[in-house]
Amino acid sequence: MALPILLTKGLIILVIFGISLLIATYSTYAERKVAAFLQDRIGPNRAGPWGLLQPIADAGKLFFKEDFIPSQASKWLFILGPSLAMFTALMSSAVIPFGDSIRFAWDNVNYDVKVQGIEINIGVLYIFGVVSLGVYGVMVGGWASNNKFSLLGAIRAASQNISYEIALGLSIITILMMTGSLSVRHIVDQQATFFEWNVFTQPLGFIVFLTCSFAECNRTPFDLPECETELIGGYHTEYSSMKLGLYLFSEYINMFVSSAFISALYFGGFHYPFMNEVNGALENSMGAVTGHNLATAIGFIVFFGKILFFIFFFMWVRWTLPRFRYDQLMNLGWKIFIPLSILNVVVTGAGLLYDFKYSSWLIVVVMVVMAVMSQAKAPKQQVVPQRTV
Amino acid sequence: MTEFLAFFKTLTPTGYLFLLLTALTVISAMGVVTARNPIYSVLALIATFFCLSGHYILLNAQFLAAVNIIVYAGAIMVLFLFTIMFLNLRREDEEAKTNLTKIASVIVGGTLMVMLIMIFRAKSSQLPVGSTVGFEPNTGMVENLGHLLYGSYILPFELASVLFLIAMVGSVMLGKREAGDRHF
Repeated sequence: MALPILLTKGLIILVIFGISLLIATYSTYAERKVAAFLQDRIGPNRAGPWGLLQPIADAGKLFFKEDFIPSQASKWLFILGPSLAMFTALMSSAVIPFGDSIRFAWDNVNYDVKVQGIEINIGVLYIFGVVSLGVYGVMVGGWASNNKFSLLGAIRAASQNISYEIALGLSIITILMMTGSLSVRHIVDQQATFFEWNVFTQPLGFIVFLTCSFAECNRTPFDLPECETELIGGYHTEYSSMKLGLYLFSEYINMFVSSAFISALYFGGFHYPFMNEVNGALENSMGAVTGHNLATAIGFIVFFGKILFFIFFFMWVRWTLPRFRYDQLMNLGWKIFIPLSILNVVVTGAGLLYDFKYSSWLIVVVMVVMAVMSQAKAPKQQVVPQRTV
Repeated sequence: MTEFLAFFKTLTPTGYLFLLLTALTVISAMGVVTARNPIYSVLALIATFFCLSGHYILLNAQFLAAVNIIVYAGAIMVLFLFTIMFLNLRREDEEAKTNLTKIASVIVGGTLMVMLIMIFRAKSSQLPVGSTVGFEPNTGMVENLGHLLYGSYILPFELASVLFLIAMVGSVMLGKREAGDRHF
């Protein structure tokens, strides 16, 4: 590989790494501000203007707390747990295409470097591999704490992640069928026109994928592994100091990566309506190189706008919906999402046979009609809460 | 010693990577057998699977590498860890091995050792020689593998998936609680 490509790639990887850390840091602040907004409070406003230095103050506090390791804990695994959680969270952004490409000339050779960690033809599988490893951090940490609540949290996390991984994988198969490629960049490039965004062709797959990514990130309403009303703190009950910080931080990085993945798979990635017109105008007025780079920068910003919206959506749901019960969680995963995704695969396959891309809407329409009919049939009396004295 | 150094100088970067990965694979595989605590043993097994995936990538079989990570490291090993955490095995719980298992393991291990010695003592003329002429480097890519699986090998592939389905249904049947069963 030529030196200029290597340098640019290294720079891109560093920038993406920095941005994901920065977004994760400020997600903690944003989460508290969004919670405050939804609950009609003010939220953090002491550290810096509008409380903007709050994440730094939090991190400083975590670093100076006592780093406590329980006496009966398995010491090395206790340290390995948060490290694994952070490691797997940071690994997954490598294959996400954050922008089109950067063009430049060096020694009279023209280069065209893609704004992406690495472009491989198994990008989707890579992300699945990393996501399936994410649970080890929680499991190892929870077991090593030598605490029954931590162990219960770890076991919940493991069964939850395994259950929802299946539905996650099945919901994405329809996209792979339509694209015919496992490369995330190919999937993004196929959504160049607005009405071919996968969210319009695959509405059911999108809903299943979104819900499953909530479960994979251990976010409310699926945060059973750290359910504080039942398990104190779940898998991180015994953790303190920056080890706890790493666990909390990895959750926000996971959230960022899944938002990026949702935007890339279903919302056209760095594409936006009238993108070709804007790119053409820029390249005409500023030359092929500068205009193209500027167009790439706009796409990059648009992609981050989509990511930030989904991060906000994660928080919005967290402060709106209550937590599921554990049997409800399992029923939803195994008895609703997996059959629905399999049905979606069959219907989409049948549609593709006749070159009809929007066949997934059929299931959605049937489901809505059935829901309306069952509502109409339901007795109209008011529900009186049953109380036993 | 000089021969050894000369051998090292002839290696390509891929060769160094191969040696490093092999050393890691052997060390972590030894860890699986020697660890006293079953949790450490499972974690070492996960490390072994990772090293094997590295080998697959060196062989240009990226799909196999990714699927190995997803299926073995990501799903099966999580279940292993899950079960062991539930059982919470301790050293004193270890059941004593009967004579039958001891004899059986000696026979199996001895056969393996004889085979390995045969391989290591083989003369260079006895070793299979890989030809680079008809070698297609893209064989392991997803597209080619998909064409093979859904083209020439469609019947074995479908039969294997039916077998998996039967195994799944069977395990659900076995695990199902019958009427009147206790909950614990």
